[in-house]
Amino acid sequence: MFSTFMAHAWIVATMVAVVAGAVGFFVVARRAAFAAHALPLGAFPGAAAASLLGVSQLLGLVVFSALGVAAIARLQRGERREVASALWLALSLAVGTLLLGFSGQYVQSIYGLLFGEVLGISRGQLVGVAALGVVALSVLVLFARRLLLESLSEDLAGAAVGRSSRLEWVFLGILALSSAIAVPVVGALLVFSLMVGPASAARAFTDRPWRALAVSVALAIGTVWAAIALSYLSNWPVGFFVGVLSAACYVAGRLHGGGVAQAA
Amino acid sequence: MTDPSMALAVEQVCIALGGRRVLRDVSFRLEAGEFCGLIGSNGSGKTTLLRAILGFVRLEAGRIRLAGHSAGTGLIGYVPQKIALDPGLPLRARDVVALGLDGARLGPALPSRARRARVDEMLQAVGALEFAEQRVGLLSGGQQQRVLVAHALVRRPRLLLLDEPLANLDVRSTAEIVALLRRLSRDYGAAVLLSAHDVNPLLSAMDRVIYLANGSAVAGRADDVVRTEVLSSLYGYHVDVVRVHGRVVVVAAEASEQIHAAVARNPEHTAPVP
Repeated sequence: MFSTFMAHAWIVATMVAVVAGAVGFFVVARRAAFAAHALPLGAFPGAAAASLLGVSQLLGLVVFSALGVAAIARLQRGERREVASALWLALSLAVGTLLLGFSGQYVQSIYGLLFGEVLGISRGQLVGVAALGVVALSVLVLFARRLLLESLSEDLAGAAVGRSSRLEWVFLGILALSSAIAVPVVGALLVFSLMVGPASAARAFTDRPWRALAVSVALAIGTVWAAIALSYLSNWPVGFFVGVLSAACYVAGRLHGGGVAQAA
Repeated sequence: MTDPSMALAVEQVCIALGGRRVLRDVSFRLEAGEFCGLIGSNGSGKTTLLRAILGFVRLEAGRIRLAGHSAGTGLIGYVPQKIALDPGLPLRARDVVALGLDGARLGPALPSRARRARVDEMLQAVGALEFAEQRVGLLSGGQQQRVLVAHALVRRPRLLLLDEPLANLDVRSTAEIVALLRRLSRDYGAAVLLSAHDVNPLLSAMDRVIYLANGSAVAGRADDVVRTEVLSSLYGYHVDVVRVHGRVVVVAAEASEQIHAAVARNPEHTAPVP
């Protein structure tokens, strides 16, 4: 389980968990869970396009994530992020189907993109994930306070900077980067659960914002570590355990939160 | 040259939203430290005017000048209307005030003794110290209001804008918040512009009042503005301003007859204002 063969899996999964846990905190605070679902899934045709063109899978994912950000940010007006996300999701899945048809990829690799293939990570991919992860986290730290203020109230954030503007592009950009690195590891369908499960549970365990962010990261790391270990022991897919454990985090948070509310 | 005593000057401002003219030729001035009510019914343009002062809304004509800086520099304290604070958000009252201090800055917030002292002082000033450690989304409406006032004032702005801060408050909380704002405005030397649909809770506190109706405004001392002929001219039809037990009732003609009848029955407590 800790052989050199597995070393890449542990390292890359940990990096993905740190990014997903931190970004997830803002996904939940901004109520952007659907965008966090649409962006990774919408990036998945990028991987198909990359294999068709013979370029790096990560590059394809980044390009399609960026297209998703542009589409959602441009299409959304006011409160209509849901509609924009749904449109992008449908469009990119349609394109993805077409590209997969052209490339004639094996069902196995499509399955890997949707549900994750943590054991197949190469050294090159590892470096790519680390680089993009550092970029995503740096931008997140840079704008963390303003993103938090915007989560409290867009009007208050606008008054603080003197104009009515949102950090939507910045936020979606961070989300897209973290999606691109997480898709090959946990899969397009399950990135979302790793972002939303630990982050929403963390809110129930503390009233302090930065502590909640740290708890979210810790829960995400715990989730992927446990998922890899359980997968290794049971031979069941990693994605299954990521999904189930993320949901378990959420339920634990709700139960804990409910207990606090009753005690208060 | 800007006049040092001036906190805000709104000069012949016209604003159109979606092709509809909302404000026409609105002009008034606020002196430093003044407490001013912005009175008007729903849809009279109160929120639009406040958002224009903040730099959120483009002016069609006219200009808005602020003491020491121009509009859009983020140096105005602002408490928005009917803000719904998410009870799920892990944010204590203290964190909200800290975000008022430096929430727009880049990079992580480094804890410091000076920063904490400023936040504590502000929490104390609004009477929020006792619930400073509680999650802000779970506080009562009146408590949240105090926290938001602290958030708005912690950077010591020269101008504080509040949009309907008295809506949804009970009578006692209303009086408390008005007294608090009046006191803070004096202590911190901030001019306060506060919108409301009812002039009464503000009558004793206001230095100046601005009435908005039909896209126009009249401004001045409350005694000079809240009068039958001034408001009738603003509304464009006859209204009566009646004082009852120190309160003001503004009524259109039909309701006015009933009040006059009531006054006739009980003349010692009420008297119409000319």
